[in-house]
Amino acid sequence: MNIKISLASLLLITLQLNAFNALAETAEEKGLAIAVESDKRETGFTDSTAKMTMELRNKQGDTSVRHIRIKSLEVEGDGDKSMSIFDQPADVKGTAFLTFSHAQQADEQWLYLPSIKRVKRINSKNKSGPFMGSEFAYEDIASQEVEKYTYKYLRDETLNGIDCFVIERIPAYEHSGYTRQIGWINKAEYRPEQIVFYDRKNSLLKTLSYNGYQKYLGQYWRADQLSMVNHQTEKSTTLKWSDYKFKTGLTDTDFSRNSLKRAK
Amino acid sequence: MKQVIYPSLILLTLFSSTVNAVELSGNISLQSQAFFNDPLDPNQHNQYSSFAVQPELYQKSDNSRQSMTFIAFHRHDHNDEERSHSDIRELSWTGVYDGFEITAGISKVFWGVTETQHLVDIINQTDQVEGIDGEDKLGQPMIRFSTEQNWGVLDMFILPGFRERTFTGIEGRPRFEIAPGLNFNADTATYESDKEEKHIDYATRWLGIFDEIELGLSYFTGTSREPTMVLNGTTLSPHYLLIKQIGIDVQAIIEDWTWKLEAVSRKSSADNYIATTAGFEYTLYGIFGGDSDLGIVIEYLYDDRNELASSPFQNDITTALRLALNDTQSTEILLGLTTDLDDSVIASFIEASRRLGDSLKLTLEARAFNNTISSRPLHNFRQDNFVQADLAWYF
Repeated sequence: MNIKISLASLLLITLQLNAFNALAETAEEKGLAIAVESDKRETGFTDSTAKMTMELRNKQGDTSVRHIRIKSLEVEGDGDKSMSIFDQPADVKGTAFLTFSHAQQADEQWLYLPSIKRVKRINSKNKSGPFMGSEFAYEDIASQEVEKYTYKYLRDETLNGIDCFVIERIPAYEHSGYTRQIGWINKAEYRPEQIVFYDRKNSLLKTLSYNGYQKYLGQYWRADQLSMVNHQTEKSTTLKWSDYKFKTGLTDTDFSRNSLKRAK
Repeated sequence: MKQVIYPSLILLTLFSSTVNAVELSGNISLQSQAFFNDPLDPNQHNQYSSFAVQPELYQKSDNSRQSMTFIAFHRHDHNDEERSHSDIRELSWTGVYDGFEITAGISKVFWGVTETQHLVDIINQTDQVEGIDGEDKLGQPMIRFSTEQNWGVLDMFILPGFRERTFTGIEGRPRFEIAPGLNFNADTATYESDKEEKHIDYATRWLGIFDEIELGLSYFTGTSREPTMVLNGTTLSPHYLLIKQIGIDVQAIIEDWTWKLEAVSRKSSADNYIATTAGFEYTLYGIFGGDSDLGIVIEYLYDDRNELASSPFQNDITTALRLALNDTQSTEILLGLTTDLDDSVIASFIEASRRLGDSLKLTLEARAFNNTISSRPLHNFRQDNFVQADLAWYF
């Protein structure tokens, strides 16, 4: 996180300078400052494990469920490492995704298929594709690094009684499925409450809502429930999180090529 | 096999003293195959049905640092008694330590990057009665040591106990043609090594990851997984030579393209040869403005033994399309054509799968062989165009 900390201190200096002339802070600088503060409040969790239930609902209301376990490792000076292990549906049990996210370069991702014991490298171009048939794209579930977007502060707004900054962020990486995202960031806690996604044609595509926030280790906010509604297809996906554990002692060994094969 | 199973069972017992819950999973499947043409041999049939069970027990302990896996497999085929078979796919213990891990017991390992054939993949024997694409493997007794460092992943294997390839019986299809007056017996296999199936094989592979390029270098010394056929009187039997094989596999992701190469150099007392598979995969993401991905796979397959090659692919090109709908049911369709550039032989295939509900999966497969010529291996399958449906219940 060295890069981010220095960015943050730079911003701090900028903000202090701006204190003398508040008008000098542009909307872009304020948007970035909010993103940097959000990221700063996430720093230091070291590692975490959690269980996730993914409920997929189609237009007719039929549902199907996936059970996934997720492990994350904070990496200093770069994006986080994460591993997703599937328990259900039963035919993909043991399938695992390993992701090394990077702030500047493209993320690296591998998929392990247990039935044929094969580890496949995934082309990182595939960002906009659906994750396991859900309304979440690969880029939505990837680690959200500050450098992945450019920002612009739009306005202050109250959302469901919560005072929020409304910021626009535009993907700075290639192959995104979005032209822009509008985020409602809780002013007090600097955590996202809602994100609205616009597709490549700049049409309204999806809304992601964060519900049931809980504080862990007295510092880190995690939502129990994330709901993604696709306005174009009327399909939705809800992620229900449980069993969050932090600082469990995970190391690089738990996020390696070998660990993929024994992830189940 | 016995000498390996017993230590594994002892390990399983010792291990159970530090218990975590044993997880049971697996699948049961029904399969039906229909052949379009009359068989070459009147012993063969036009329709086959079978069922298979594959239960799996898994237990981890010591904060996931140790695990035991047991996967059994059995298929019962209504017509082909050789296709009715059982196997221990896995019965192994894995321990993870600081910087290395060890697996001991019966296990399965995959090496390689290409889609059409798997030249460098040599640890496990092919369970050929399961399918002629060579994707199904028998469990292999092994001790595997693996270390993952910043210079790459190094795997070293001691492989005691050889597994013979499975062959369809006299009533089975598809199978290779047996000349009139001869018979085939897979149970009378012979070996170059006087230790026969007790010969201990060794293998190693290093995998280096350089950003978007992954390079594997491998070496194998021991009994070939691929038999030659020898005639003793009027009986044809598999004969397993001792070989040394050097393998290389490379995958490079360059923009939208995934380039792939596998090559082996194999030496035995009978011949020395080089074989390679090289090609690319190009994927169009989100085609037709939706969620579907269309992958285009083109691979060139070469074997320098030319017409003498035991593999049907000595100078061939495979073109395949892979359509993934990325829907809730994980619907996928793969269709392809392999064309022999020397003989204009065409082998075509379709594989499609879709989840039904939460725990059923339907898989369809069809294969056809056209313009085969009598001097080449695929000629054996000239009457064996077929479709196959598999319905599996996962638990």
